[in-house]
Amino acid sequence: MKIDVDKILAGDEKTVAKAISLVENSRGEAFDLLRELYLKTNLAYLLGVTGPPGGGKSTLVEKIVSRWVDSGEKVAVIAIDPSSEFSGGALLGDRIRMGKIATHPDVFIRSMATRGYLGGLNPAIFDTVLVLSAAGYERIVIETVGVGQNEIDIVSLADTTLVVTVPEAGDEIQSFKAGLMEAGDLFVLNKSDHATAHKMELILKQMIDLARSDDSGWKIPLIKTIATEEDGIGDLIEEIAAHKNYLEVSNLELDNKKKVMKNHLIHLLEEGLRNKYIEPLLKDKDFDHSVDEVIERKKDPYTQVSEWLSDFGEGV
Amino acid sequence: MADLEKGFQEWKENKLDKTVNNYGERKDEFKTGSNRPVKALYSPLDLEDIDYLDDINFPGQFPYTRGVYPTMYRSRLWTMRQYAGFGTAKETNERFRYLLDHGQTGLSVAFDLPTQIGYDSDHEMSKGEVGRVGVAIDTLADMETLFDQIPLDKVSTSMTINAPASVLLAMYIAVAEKQGVEKEKLSGTIQNDILKEYIARGTYIFPPEPSLRLITDIFEYCSQELPSWNTISISGYHIREAGSDAVQELAFTIADGIEYVESALSIGMDVDSFAPRLSFFFNGQMDFLEEVAKFRAARRLWAEIMKERFGAEKAKSCMLRFHTQTAGAALTAQQPQNNIVRVAIQALAAVLGGTQSLHTNSFDEALGLPTEEAAKIALRTQHIIAEESGVADTIDPLAGSYYIESMTDKLVDEAREYLDEIEELGGMAEAIKAGYVQREIQESAYQEQKAVESGEKVVVGVNKYKEDSKEIGDILKVDPNLEKDQCQQLAEIRSDRDSDKTEKHLKDIRNAAINDENLMYPILDAVRDYVSIGEICQVLREEFGEYEAKIF
Amino acid sequence: MSENIKVLIAKPGLDGHDRGAKVIARGLKEAGMEVVYTGLRQTTEQIVRAAVQEDVDVIGLSILSGAHSHLFPEIMKKLKDNGKDDVLVIAGGIIPDDDHAELKDLGIKGIFKPGTPINEIVEFIHQELDVA
Repeated sequence: MKIDVDKILAGDEKTVAKAISLVENSRGEAFDLLRELYLKTNLAYLLGVTGPPGGGKSTLVEKIVSRWVDSGEKVAVIAIDPSSEFSGGALLGDRIRMGKIATHPDVFIRSMATRGYLGGLNPAIFDTVLVLSAAGYERIVIETVGVGQNEIDIVSLADTTLVVTVPEAGDEIQSFKAGLMEAGDLFVLNKSDHATAHKMELILKQMIDLARSDDSGWKIPLIKTIATEEDGIGDLIEEIAAHKNYLEVSNLELDNKKKVMKNHLIHLLEEGLRNKYIEPLLKDKDFDHSVDEVIERKKDPYTQVSEWLSDFGEGV
Repeated sequence: MADLEKGFQEWKENKLDKTVNNYGERKDEFKTGSNRPVKALYSPLDLEDIDYLDDINFPGQFPYTRGVYPTMYRSRLWTMRQYAGFGTAKETNERFRYLLDHGQTGLSVAFDLPTQIGYDSDHEMSKGEVGRVGVAIDTLADMETLFDQIPLDKVSTSMTINAPASVLLAMYIAVAEKQGVEKEKLSGTIQNDILKEYIARGTYIFPPEPSLRLITDIFEYCSQELPSWNTISISGYHIREAGSDAVQELAFTIADGIEYVESALSIGMDVDSFAPRLSFFFNGQMDFLEEVAKFRAARRLWAEIMKERFGAEKAKSCMLRFHTQTAGAALTAQQPQNNIVRVAIQALAAVLGGTQSLHTNSFDEALGLPTEEAAKIALRTQHIIAEESGVADTIDPLAGSYYIESMTDKLVDEAREYLDEIEELGGMAEAIKAGYVQREIQESAYQEQKAVESGEKVVVGVNKYKEDSKEIGDILKVDPNLEKDQCQQLAEIRSDRDSDKTEKHLKDIRNAAINDENLMYPILDAVRDYVSIGEICQVLREEFGEYEAKIF
Repeated sequence: MSENIKVLIAKPGLDGHDRGAKVIARGLKEAGMEVVYTGLRQTTEQIVRAAVQEDVDVIGLSILSGAHSHLFPEIMKKLKDNGKDDVLVIAGGIIPDDDHAELKDLGIKGIFKPGTPINEIVEFIHQELDVA
C-alpha cells in the first residue's frame, strides 16, 4: 500500500490511520515510510498513564485531553489493551470510555492490542508515536491497563509517567511491580472521596518515598482527584506541566529521549533478527525435531543453540 | 427418615445405578436452563432442611412462598396485560381499545426510545427512532390522544418508563384530571427502575445519585397523593434478557430493590409508608420448573429481607407482587410459529409461579413489531391457560413437589450468596459502578451462546431440527411520515402555548432540582401547560449531568 | 487464527440492547480478531470517525429498534464521504426480511438474524476479506 507522506504531514486522519495499520501489520513495508517521517519529525511530548484496572484511568485521560484541546493543543491517545494469549484476539474497550473527546476534531484516538510480543515491547507502539507526531499531534497520551512488566515497558517510552490508583486498590498496590513505582513521575489517587482514601494516601506516600530516592530535584507529587466530578484535574494539569518544564530545564528530556531511542534501537534489532533468523527457524520442520532431541537428552540445549548461532553467522 | 434413607439407597443401588450402568442416560450431565445440576430423582430426603411453616407456609401468610393472597386466582385471575405501543398516540389508542374489546384487562404502554431517553421527537438524536419501538409522546396533547375514550378510573395502566418516569406519570395524572377522575382512583404502575437501565437496558439519562433522588421524589409524592399507584416495578426481566441466569435475575433484582428501600429510608421515609407500593417484574424463560421455583423463591426472599433487614411491620410491605413477561430472548427468528408454543410454556410457569399480571409475547417479535393477529394469539394463550387448563383453580398446585420445593430453597440460598457479595461491594449502586453486575451477566450470556453453538443447549429450529428459512407473512410497518407529522404537531403546540408560562415552569423545575425540593409538583404544573418531555429533561440534564456508560 | 483483522462493533441510535453486540465482540476476539467496542447511543458521526481512526477492516452494526432504515444509509454515506468505503459492513439485530434487499443495495454485505452462530459470522468475515 502506498502512503502519501504529505498527507500524513498535513494531518489527514484517514492517511494517518492507514499509516498506523501499516506500521502495525506490515513492518517491512512500513520502514520506507518511517525512514522518511523520522527525519522530518520532532517527537511529541508523551504522557504515559497506567495503573490497576477500575481506577478510572480513561476518565482521567478524557479530562486531561479535554483540557489540553481546550487550550489549543492537538492531542492523540493510544489506548493499549492486552491480546489474548490463546486466540491472539483482543477487546479494545477504551474508546468507549473516552466520552465526548472522541468526536473533537483535534483529537485522534487509536486502540491497539499488545500482540503478545516476544521479548517485550512491540516496536510498533513507538512507531505509531512517530506517525502521530509527524501528523502534528503535539501531545500524545499512551494509556495502558495493568501493573505488570508489559505496562512498565510501555510507559517507559513516555516523557512523563502517571500512575493512577484508587482507594480500593489496596492489595493490588502491594503487588505493584517495583519498576512501576520507580517509573512513576506523578501519582494520582482517584476517587479520593472514598472512605478509605486517607489510609491509601499514607500507604502511597510511603511507597513513593521508598521507590525513588534519587537526588534529581523532582519531588514526586501525589494528586488527589475525583475524575468524574472534575475535582483535582486542574492540579493534575499543573503538575504535568511542571514535570514537562522540569524535564526541559534540567536537560533530562534529552537523557530520556536517549534512553527511549536506545531501547527502540534494541527492539528494532531484535525484531529484525527475529524476522530474519528466528522465525524461519521456528517454521522449519527440523525445529521440533531439535526440541525432541534435547528432551530425549540426545543433545543439550546449549550445544543446540550455539549450532544455530553459528549457522546464523554463516548466513550473515 | 432413616427408613427412607435406607429405601432410597437400596433403590439407587439396585435399580437406578444398574439401569444407568447398562443403558446409560441421554446426557452425561443434566442441567437446568441456568446450568444448575439436576438429579435423576427428588424425594422427601431433599426437603429435610425445609420447615413448612417457616419457609413455605399458607398463601397470604409470611413468607408468602405459596402466593401473596389467600385465594389467589380462585377469586380473580391475573391481569392480562399486553405491552403495546407503536407509532402515533392515535394508532396506539386504537390498538388499546382493540385489546380491551378482546378481553385484555389492563393496559401496558410501550414508549419509543426518544421518549424513554427524554428527547422530543424533533431532537437530533431522535432521528429515525420516532414511534419505532413504542408510542411517541412529546406533550400532554399526545397523552390525551393516547387515552382518548379510555376511562382511567376503570383500567389499570402500566407504563414502561424509567429515567423520565416523573414526567409521564405527571402527564397521566393531568389526563385523569381532564377526564374528571380523582387521583385516588388511579391505579397502575410505572417501571421507574433506573438501576437495571445501567445494568441491562440502556435507557438511562442521569447519573445514579440524581436518578435515585427522582425515584424517591415519586415514592414520596405517591405516598401522599396516589395511594393506589405502584411507584416502581423492580425489574429482573431485562437483566435476564441481557443474558443472566435465573439466580442472577433473582439476586440482582432483589439487590436493586434493597437499594431503593435504602434510598427512601435515607430521606427519612418510614418503610411501611412506601414498601407496600413496590412491585416487581420478572422474566418467564424456558426451563419450566426452574422458573416456577424462581417466582416462589423471589416471594420468600423479599419477605424475609423486608422483615429481617428493614423491620417492616405491615404485611403488605413484605409481599412481593410481580408482573411477568415471557422471554423475548427465547423467541427465535427461525421457524417463528414455534414461538407460540414456547410462550405458552413460559406463561404457564408464570401462572404456576403466582404472577399478578402477565404479558405474553407475540411469535413474530424476533422479526419485527408484532402484527395484530400475532398479538391476539398471544393474548388467547393466556385465555386458554386461564379458562381451559384448570391450573388456576387451586392455589400453588406445584407446591409439595420434592423438586420444586428443593429448588425453591436452593435458589433462595444461592441468591443470598450474591446478595452478600454485593453488600461487600457497598451495595448495588456501587456494584454497578464497579461493573461487577454487568460482568457477571456478560459472562453468563457468553457461556449460553457457546452452549447453543456447541449444541449442548438445544434450541429447536436453531441448532436442531433446522429447516431452510421460510418467509413469514406480514410484519407491522411504521408509517415513514410519522416522524415528520409528529414533529410538525409538536411545533404547532410550541407556537400555540404561552411561552412566558413555559419559561416560568422550566425555571421552577430548575429551582426544585437545585434546592432538593420534590420535583413531582413543578413537573406536574409544567405538563398541564404542555411543556414537553424534552424541555423538562433538558433542564434536568443541565442540573444533574448525564450518565456515560464506561464499563465493558 | 484471524491475524490482525480489526473490527468495530457499534450500536447506532438510542437502542440500549447490547447483549448481542457484546457477545459477538467477545466471540470475534476469541476467534483471534481485535475488536473495538464503542458502546451505546453512537451517532453516525461517532461510528464513522471511529472506523476511520481505528482503520478497521470490518464494521458490525447492531440494532434492534427498527431505526436501521434511517441510520444505516446515513452511515454508509458518511463512510463514503470519508473515503472509508473499503470497509466490510455487516449488521445484526432485528431487521425484517423485507428490508434486507434495500440494505444490501447500500453495500451492507451481511445481515445476521438473532440466533446466528458466531462461527458463521467469523466465516463470513474470513470469506469476504479473503483470508484463510
